[in-house]
Amino acid sequence: MDNDKIDQIINKHQGKASSLIQVLIEIQNQNHWLPKEVLDKVSKKLEVPLTRVMQIATFYKTFSLIPKGRNEVHVCTGSSCHARGSARLLDTVQDLIGIRPGETDSDSKFSLETSNCLGCCNLGPEIIINGKHHARLTPDQAEDVLKNYK
Amino acid sequence: MPRINSAAELEERRSGILSKRDPDKTCISICSGMGCHGLGNDRVISAFEEEINKQNLKTKVDIRVTGCHGFCEKGPIVVIYPEEICYMEVTPEDVPEIISQTVLEKKVIDRLIYTDPNTGEKAAHQSEIPFYKNQTQYLISYNPKIDPTSIDDYLANGGYSGLSKALFEMSPEQVLEEVKKANLRGRGGGGFPAGRKWETARNAPGKDKYVIVNGHEGEPGAYMDRAIFTGNPHLVLEGLIIGAYAIGSHQGFIYTRHDTPQLKKNIDIALAKATEYGLLGENILGSGFNFNVEVHFDVGIFVSGESSALMSSIEGKNPEPRPKYIRTSVRGVWDMPTNLNNVETWANVSQIINKGAEWYTSIGTEKSKGTKLISLSGNIVNTGVVEVPFGTTLRELVYDIGGGVPNGKKLKAIHFGGPMGGSIPEEFLDTPLDFDELAKLGAPIGAGGLLVLDEDTNMVEKTRFFLDFLVNESCGKCVPCREGIRQMAKILTNISEGNGKEGDIELLEEIAEVAGTASLCALGKTASDPLLSSLRYFRDEYEARIK
Amino acid sequence: MKEILLQIDGRQVKATEGMTLLEAAQSADIFIPTLCHHEKLEPYGGCRLCIVEVEVNGWTKLVVSCVYPVEENIIVRTRSEKVDKIRKMILELLLAHAPDSLQLQAFAKEYGADRDRFEKEASFCIHCGLCVRYCAEVKKKHAVGFVNSGARREISFIPEIAAKECNDCKECFELCPTSYLQAVFVLTEALAFP
Repeated sequence: MDNDKIDQIINKHQGKASSLIQVLIEIQNQNHWLPKEVLDKVSKKLEVPLTRVMQIATFYKTFSLIPKGRNEVHVCTGSSCHARGSARLLDTVQDLIGIRPGETDSDSKFSLETSNCLGCCNLGPEIIINGKHHARLTPDQAEDVLKNYK
Repeated sequence: MPRINSAAELEERRSGILSKRDPDKTCISICSGMGCHGLGNDRVISAFEEEINKQNLKTKVDIRVTGCHGFCEKGPIVVIYPEEICYMEVTPEDVPEIISQTVLEKKVIDRLIYTDPNTGEKAAHQSEIPFYKNQTQYLISYNPKIDPTSIDDYLANGGYSGLSKALFEMSPEQVLEEVKKANLRGRGGGGFPAGRKWETARNAPGKDKYVIVNGHEGEPGAYMDRAIFTGNPHLVLEGLIIGAYAIGSHQGFIYTRHDTPQLKKNIDIALAKATEYGLLGENILGSGFNFNVEVHFDVGIFVSGESSALMSSIEGKNPEPRPKYIRTSVRGVWDMPTNLNNVETWANVSQIINKGAEWYTSIGTEKSKGTKLISLSGNIVNTGVVEVPFGTTLRELVYDIGGGVPNGKKLKAIHFGGPMGGSIPEEFLDTPLDFDELAKLGAPIGAGGLLVLDEDTNMVEKTRFFLDFLVNESCGKCVPCREGIRQMAKILTNISEGNGKEGDIELLEEIAEVAGTASLCALGKTASDPLLSSLRYFRDEYEARIK
Repeated sequence: MKEILLQIDGRQVKATEGMTLLEAAQSADIFIPTLCHHEKLEPYGGCRLCIVEVEVNGWTKLVVSCVYPVEENIIVRTRSEKVDKIRKMILELLLAHAPDSLQLQAFAKEYGADRDRFEKEASFCIHCGLCVRYCAEVKKKHAVGFVNSGARREISFIPEIAAKECNDCKECFELCPTSYLQAVFVLTEALAFP
C-alpha cells in the first residue's frame, strides 16, 4: 500500500490515543489488511503501547493481519439466514473455493469470512462479495455466482 | 445557509421551506434501506433519473431517495406521492411504464401493487396493505417522506420543534420530568426507565457529562435501529440534544456500525447540516446551550455493544466491559457521568416533548408505553421493520402484519432478543408485546428482533447456534463467560450430533446458573438465556437426543 | 478518609472509603480466594473466584469482592452454599486448561472441585492477566499483551520488546498461578519464532 496514504491517516490523529480504532479502520479500508510495520508506526505515532494495538487489531473481526484475496466473500450466518439454511450455503461455498472462514486461497483469488447479521434479513440466505449482495441463494446457485469473480 | 438564532427564526426557516414546496407535485419516493439496496435499488434509482431526464420532467417530478420503508420483503419499494401509490419489487425495466402510466396518466399499474397471497385482493395504497395497515407508526412513518441527507426535509416534517420547545419553553428539570412521566423505557434491551437514568447522570458529580447514542445493534436479526438512524438521522440527533440539555451535557458520542456505509454517510451529513443551521455546536438556536457530537465505530464484535465496553472503546481502549458496581451514569467515559441510550430510545424523545407525556402514556400497556419497532425475520412471509404499540399481540405481529409462516409450514416458536434472548412456543402467541410479560415467559424483547421459527426447526441446534456465536463474540476477560460458554457450546454440539450423555442437561443447567450469576457483564449473564428458555419449553427435544 | 464499618463473616471490620471488600477482608486477616488479584495492580475482576455474598438492607446479592467498594453496615459472607458452588465450577472450568497448577489444585481440594469434570484442553493459561498487567502497570514495558477475543483469547509477547526487556526481568513468571508454565512457553516461542 501507498505509504504516503498511511502516513496521512496516522498523522491526522498524531498523539491521540483515543483515535486508535479510527486509524486502524481507515488503514484497513484503504489497504485491506494491517501489516506489522504499519502497526508499529501506529503505536509510535499515537503513543499507544504495541500490545494494545495488537490487542485491538486481533480483537475485532474486521481487522486482518494477513493480506486478503482479490475477492472478499462473506457468508451471512445471522440468526435469520441460519433459520433459512445458511449452514448448507456456507458448506457449499467452502467446497467450491476450497478454504474455510478466515482463510485466503493460495492464488489470492478469494478470502472467506462468515459475517454476523447485516440487517437485510429479507435477502437471506445471502453471500456478499466485495460488498455486493447475492440474495436468496440456494446452495446450487452459489457456483454460478462465484464463477463471475476472477 | 445562515445559522438559525432563535425559536422564531426556526419557524421562519420552516415556513420558508414549506412555501417553496407544492404538496400536489409528483414525488417519487424510492426506498434505499439495507434490504432494498441489497436487491439492487441503485439501478432503479438511476433508471428513474434517466427516464425523467429523457422525458424532460425535471421540473414536474421530484425523486426522493429515502431510508427504509419497512416492507423489505417486497423491495425495491417505490411510492408515488401525492397519491401514495405503493409499488413493490420494482425493476429498472418497470420504470418507463411507471413514468408514462402512473406519473403522467395517473393510472395504477396492477402488476406492481400489493396482492394478498391468500385472498388475491389487490391494494394500491400503503394505507390499504395489511403489512402497513396493522401498524401504528410514529417513528418510521417519516422515513418515506424524508431524504436523510436533507435537513430541510426533516424541518418540513416538523423537525427540531421538540428541541426548540425544550430549550425555550422548558427548564432542563421540566424536560427530565416529562420524560420520567412518559415512562420512556430503554429500547436497547433491559427496558430500564430512561428518565431515571438521565436523572442519575444529571445529579451525579462531575465536571463533564456525556451522552451516548448506542447504535451498535449487534443482535442478529435486529435492524430497526439502522432503519431509523439511516433513514432519519435528525430524529435521533434531536432526541440526543434534548437529552443533553436535560442532563447538562455538552459532549455527545454516537457509537455505531462501520459496516453500513450509508448509515455513516447520513450521520456525517446530518451532523454537518445541524451544525451549519445552528442546531448543534455553540449557542444552539441562540439559547446559550452548547453541545457537540463525535462519532465512533464498532469494527465487528458483539460485546462492544455492552455499555461499559462501548465506553472503553470510545476512550480508544479494548472494548472490555468493566465491573459496573458503580453505574456508568455515575462513572462512565473517562470516569464522568455518562448517559447511554440506544437509537430508538433517543428517537422517541422529541415526540414526548412535543406532544407531552400524557399523550405518550395513552399508547401501550400499563408498564410499557409508546410504540416499539420490531424487525421480523426467519421463517416469516413479510420480512421487514414494523412499528406497533406495546400491547399488540405476537399473533398480530406474526400473522396480521408478518403474513405468517411461508411454504405452508406450521409455526413452532418465536424467538426474541437474539443470542441473549429466548424462544417461546406457539401456544403463547396471544401474549401482548410488553417488556415485563415477555421477560416473565423467558423471551425478553431485547432490542426487538423477532425471529420466527417453523416446525422444521431443531431447537437444540438453534440453541447451539446462539452459544457458538457468542464463543468468540464475548471479550474473554472473565472465566464464567469465556469458559462457561465454551463448555456449554461443546456439550450442545455433542447433543446435537447425537453424542449426548446422561447428565448433560443437568450439567448445562449448572454451568448456566454460574455463568448467569458470576459473569462480569450482561453478555455472560444472559448468554445462557436461549438455553434456559428452550429447556423450559422444549426439554423433550434435548432428552430425545440423549441416549 | 472516611471510616466505614461493615461486618464480614460475623466480625466487625473497619475500612476506609474507596477500599474494596477484598481489601477490607484482607486487612482483617479474613481469607478470600483469588487468582487474578495482585496488590500492586488495579482491580481486574476477571477470575470471579473472590465472589462473596453481601446483604444490603435485607437484600442478599452475590458480588465480586475485588471490585466491590465497601459500604457502611453491609453484611458480607465469604462462604455460603451458593458461593462455594460458583467457586467449584470456576475451578473446574479452569482445571480443564491447567490441570497441574498447584494453586488450582489446592483450591479444588477446599471446594471439592473435580479436576476431570471437563475434557482437558491443556493450554495452561487461565487468562488471569497477571503477567500482562504487571508488565504494563508496574514495569511499564508492555512486552506482553492479550490478543484475540472470547475463547480464542491468549497472551502474546511482542518479540522486539521481549528480546530487549525480558531477559533481565522475568518477574511475571512467578506471578503465574499455573506455575510459570504459560509465560515461559509463550516467551520462548515469541523469541524463537518472532
